Amino acid sequence: MEASIKTENLTKCFGSFTAVNNITFKVDKGEIFGFLGANGAGKTTAMRMLCGLLHPTSGKASVAGFDVFTQREQIKKNIGYMSQKFSLYEDLTIKENINFFGTIYGLSNTKIKEKTEQLLIRLNLMEEANSLVASLPLGWKQKLSFSLALIHDPKIVFLDEPTGGVDPITRRQFWELIYETADSGTTVFVTTHYMDEAEYCNRVSIMVDGKIEAIDTPDNLKKLFDASTMDEVFYLLARGASTQE
Amino acid sequence: MQELKSFIIKEFRHIVRDKRALLILFVMPVILVILFGYAITNDINNAEIAILDNSKDELSIGLTNKIVSSGYFLQKASLQTNKELQEVFRSGKIKMAIVFPPGFAQTFYREKNVQIQLIADASDLNVAIALSNYAHSIIKDYQNELNKDLGQTLLFETTTKMLFNPEQKGVYMFVPGVLALIMMLISALMTAVSLAKEKETGTMRVITVSPLSPITIITGKVIPYLVISMIDTCIILLMAVFIFGMPINGNLFLLALVNLMFLFAALSLGIMIASFAETQQVALIMSIVLLFLPTVLLSGFIYPIKNMPLWLQVICQVSPAKWFIEAIKSVMIKGTGIQDIWMQLSVLLGMIIVMIRVSIVQSKKKVS
Repeated sequence: MEASIKTENLTKCFGSFTAVNNITFKVDKGEIFGFLGANGAGKTTAMRMLCGLLHPTSGKASVAGFDVFTQREQIKKNIGYMSQKFSLYEDLTIKENINFFGTIYGLSNTKIKEKTEQLLIRLNLMEEANSLVASLPLGWKQKLSFSLALIHDPKIVFLDEPTGGVDPITRRQFWELIYETADSGTTVFVTTHYMDEAEYCNRVSIMVDGKIEAIDTPDNLKKLFDASTMDEVFYLLARGASTQE
Repeated sequence: MQELKSFIIKEFRHIVRDKRALLILFVMPVILVILFGYAITNDINNAEIAILDNSKDELSIGLTNKIVSSGYFLQKASLQTNKELQEVFRSGKIKMAIVFPPGFAQTFYREKNVQIQLIADASDLNVAIALSNYAHSIIKDYQNELNKDLGQTLLFETTTKMLFNPEQKGVYMFVPGVLALIMMLISALMTAVSLAKEKETGTMRVITVSPLSPITIITGKVIPYLVISMIDTCIILLMAVFIFGMPINGNLFLLALVNLMFLFAALSLGIMIASFAETQQVALIMSIVLLFLPTVLLSGFIYPIKNMPLWLQVICQVSPAKWFIEAIKSVMIKGTGIQDIWMQLSVLLGMIIVMIRVSIVQSKKKVS
């Protein structure tokens, strides 16, 4: 299977501190890959390198077939990104937001029109098209934000804690959107705090102190660590980190 | 190009939908100009004056009566000595004193001209100027009446002395100051806050992950405020010229150049602030410290720099507004050419380069 993301000994140092330490992994096309780790474990730094925002110190990595050292511009065109804050312009209408994000990804006007209609129908937001985003409930903002991250049909979408602050039912609905996206062939790279969500991923990696300590399907990991939930797996690994210190 | 256009449209939408921003952008400049303008051109009625008459002859008494009966002045004191004069001024009881020399009428008829001294309290310079102008014209009236009766030309000469403000900060001084303040407010503060807002709400992250180049992002952010600042500059200058009669003696292109240079300095300052601030709150506080205090207090706008202690004078040198106000005063009031303000322009240019450099270094540090 074609690799969507591939890293080999990817490392990032800030002075004498090694934030990301020799990580090597592969994410397949259309896979939902959970990227887990405690705060400060190096998740964000790794993700920034993969998004072309940060220059790695050493190692190799390619995203959507492009090199993170030399082809950052191409990477940016081929990935989507959604952050935990949903990151929409609250004082713009839904339509204006779609328009803006469409243009900054270089879509043509006709393409944007087409996408706007599709998106509004899919999210059932036709009637609210001209109301300000500020007036939308949180769950809708989340869905809109996700759809905007996909507006340019990226090969990979990075979701940075996309379900923060949302109720369990909305989270469940959101995961259905993620499944739909993965089914259509888009790779989903997701970080999360919620360990129940880790169970929804095809495979997960767990980062501890800049290193990937475990990487496999949730079921295999549970077997390996003799745990009944991902929460336990995570706890066992994270405790390892604190005893080392 | 399409991306930039879209970014600018988005930015204008933010502005148009923010009522507070609109107030700051378009109402505030007008209010400031009117406030500063009218606060200094208030009408004079019953201004307290003192008379020091060293002659007490028919002419000096006649002139005193004419001045006092004009309705503009109220005689608070008749003084005997110069020492008393200083005391009344210091106590703030009077705004102006009129001093007649000894042998007033005698000198007038014999030498065909005589000096009358007007001494004004110039700590309120605009009032002082207005008062001495009123007094001067009353004295001239009296002189003309006398000459008509006499059938010859004899002169009263007035000399004016401004107390407490020998520098005589100009009546129009408020215009450069208001210009500096408004441009700082719009270009620096609004840019800083709106950039910080994108960081705070997380949209900045999304934009930086997108294919938009940093230059497009900054240009898109800055252009709307640049345009609005230029509109405001024109409004302020038009009001200054047509409402308050401020002269523009210099070249209009040079005036535009000076304004643009300061505008870019203000924008760079805003960008620099935003490169440090992660939230709107922090951006606002930093702006107040870095923009308002130097612009209002350390630019010579309100307090003359020459009268400050040396260490404060040194600090004033890093206030962009100080250099702008110097340059624009030269161009507007003195009508100087570029050869006299190249230094101010170079300093502003230097500041722009430094601030942009700092912003770039700081933003790179932040990404890591």
